[in-house]
Amino acid sequence: MPLFEAVRLALQTIWTNKMKTAFSVIGVFIGVTFLIAVVSIVEGMNNYMVDRFAGTLLGINTFHLRRFPNFQTGEVTPEMWRSWVRRPRIRYEDADAVEAAITVPHIAAWESTARAELEYRGRIARDIEVTAATERYFEIKDLPIEAGRPFSAQEVKAGAPVLVIGWELGERLFEGRDPLGREVKIRGIPYRVIGVVEKQGNLFGISLDKFAITTAHAPAKRFVNPPGVVDALIVKTGSQEELDVAITQAEAAMRTRRQLRPAEENSFAIETADAVLDFWAKINRVLMMALPGLVSISLVVGGIVIMNIMLMAVSERTREIGIRKSLGARRRDILSQFLVESSTISAVGASIGVGVGLAAAAIVNATTPLPAAVAPWSIAVGVGLGAGVGIIAGIYPASRAARLDPIASMRQET
Amino acid sequence: MSPTDTIIRVRGLTREYRMASETIQALAGVDLEIAKNEYVAIMGPSGSGKSTMMNVIGCLDTPTAGEYWLNGVEVSRMTDDELAQVRNREIGFVFQTFNLLPRASAMHNVELPLIYAGTRAADRRERAGRALERVGLGDRMHHKPNELSGGQRQRVAIARALVNDPSILLADEPTGNLDSTTSEEIMAVFADLHRQGQTVIMVTHEADIAAHAHRVVTLRDGCVFSDMLGQAA
Ligand SMILES: Nc1ncnc2c1ncn2[C@@H]1O[C@H](COP(=O)(O)OP(=O)(O)OP(=O)(O)O)[C@@H](O)[C@H]1O
Ligand SMILES: [Mg+2]
Repeated sequence: MPLFEAVRLALQTIWTNKMKTAFSVIGVFIGVTFLIAVVSIVEGMNNYMVDRFAGTLLGINTFHLRRFPNFQTGEVTPEMWRSWVRRPRIRYEDADAVEAAITVPHIAAWESTARAELEYRGRIARDIEVTAATERYFEIKDLPIEAGRPFSAQEVKAGAPVLVIGWELGERLFEGRDPLGREVKIRGIPYRVIGVVEKQGNLFGISLDKFAITTAHAPAKRFVNPPGVVDALIVKTGSQEELDVAITQAEAAMRTRRQLRPAEENSFAIETADAVLDFWAKINRVLMMALPGLVSISLVVGGIVIMNIMLMAVSERTREIGIRKSLGARRRDILSQFLVESSTISAVGASIGVGVGLAAAAIVNATTPLPAAVAPWSIAVGVGLGAGVGIIAGIYPASRAARLDPIASMRQET
Repeated sequence: MSPTDTIIRVRGLTREYRMASETIQALAGVDLEIAKNEYVAIMGPSGSGKSTMMNVIGCLDTPTAGEYWLNGVEVSRMTDDELAQVRNREIGFVFQTFNLLPRASAMHNVELPLIYAGTRAADRRERAGRALERVGLGDRMHHKPNELSGGQRQRVAIARALVNDPSILLADEPTGNLDSTTSEEIMAVFADLHRQGQTVIMVTHEADIAAHAHRVVTLRDGCVFSDMLGQAA
């Protein structure tokens, strides 16, 4: 019997036994749904981590020189924490010396950040991230200005009280009016808004558009850090190789300044996106290792269910098998009829699983901060596994059907 | 009778059923030859081995001993799949209980042998349609068996047996489940097919049905008891 014919027959049989089919595909359905949904979410997280998280917060080809790391990727013990807070802070002179030590092409900026309240004519925006930075900050952090302008090197040097704000902060404070030129107060000191940054979207449900950036020596700097101290020196190079050189030079310069002996650990942190990405890769690996186990358990269960359903189908249809054999069906015709039927049942279950898995991913995407991106390979694997389970589960029932004796089968009452 | 005209040649055909305590000889050494275009009725008391012989001749069963040549080919030692192909190409079988697929239309039931012969779909539909017309069911092609009368079901079964142009048409009590009027109609169909050149072998209990045949073979205890040319010949 040609394959097309067999599939048509199988679909017909499935259609006449809708309830039984629905029951028999549950296992495969769950397995494939699970596969698609989990892979989509992991894949989405992956994209997010690589493109947005690491890219946005830490930057590509970028390192941060800090007192201690901002993103902890392992367990931080109390002793570690105590030793970190005993470390000396990063001073202006440190930043200057490190920058002078780097010989590869680079751009650099200073950064000091605190949370503060912003006020505009009685309207208050609380818990806003206020960063005091130098002029290359916008370039390094890839923050394009949508309206107005960034601040200049002269303004930074002069400690000009000017602000470049995030899009959402503008909406909040000015309620749709043009933010440019308006005067905002931070701790009672007035700042003028000179620029608005393009909308950045959100990360894990946290808005990336509620911030204000002012000049590195602006009055606000005083309540962020003690005089002469910065949170971080940020250095960005043109390539990974240059970054490696820059990091080595920066480390050497800092160790010299701090007069560290070779056996002593760094009393500062050089943070790159790599560490965070490594950590994520580890989580990713664990998820991807657990996934096949979970999926195969439900597929095995699904396969056993399908096998039982097929055995039932064979005994119910013994007479049909006898009739077909009496008319010239060979063993392999009956075998393929039942194999095609079981794999079609299973593939139907898998396809529904793909559909529901995609829907689940879409729902997760829409209703939670977790991003989800469908991996095309997971759909192929899902349907393939589904049909494969069907074939394997069908082998025993189908070979039993194929071996039936035509006379005895036709004699069976139905 | 020239040897080329011989379709069936059976020598010492034996079929035993081994039971727990005893061995039943359903066929105990049957010798028989049937030629092209014969119409043979097989009679005999219940349990005399008629169905067993039809099943062996129809390649649904294999003999315990003896030889069976069909169209000059020895089929008594063939494998399952080889027998399936012989059934598909050489044999049309009509059963007492119709043996139609209940969920399939008359058309699809008649198409089945062609599906296993690997005939293309368009070809199949055309030939199945013609077979149904031949048995007078041209207007019932898309009915399911439960939408047909007993006589019509048996006609579908005959159309299915004919669709592959078999060398022999076997019928095991084809009118056993039908009333006398319908039986007559079905017998008329067989007579008609025989007139068109079809070789027919039919098991029956009833003398008036056997009267349609040219030759009557009577079995008793698994042996040929008598073999006579009838009045119709
Ligand atoms: N599958 C079987 N197992 C054991 N014995 C069987 C089997 N089939 C048939 N027999 C025996 O073989 C003998 C011949 O049976 P068969 O069915 O050929 O008789 P029959 O002539 O067709 O009878 P009827 O006119 O009742 O149909 C009987 O004694 C029967 O009991
Ligand atoms: Mg019988």
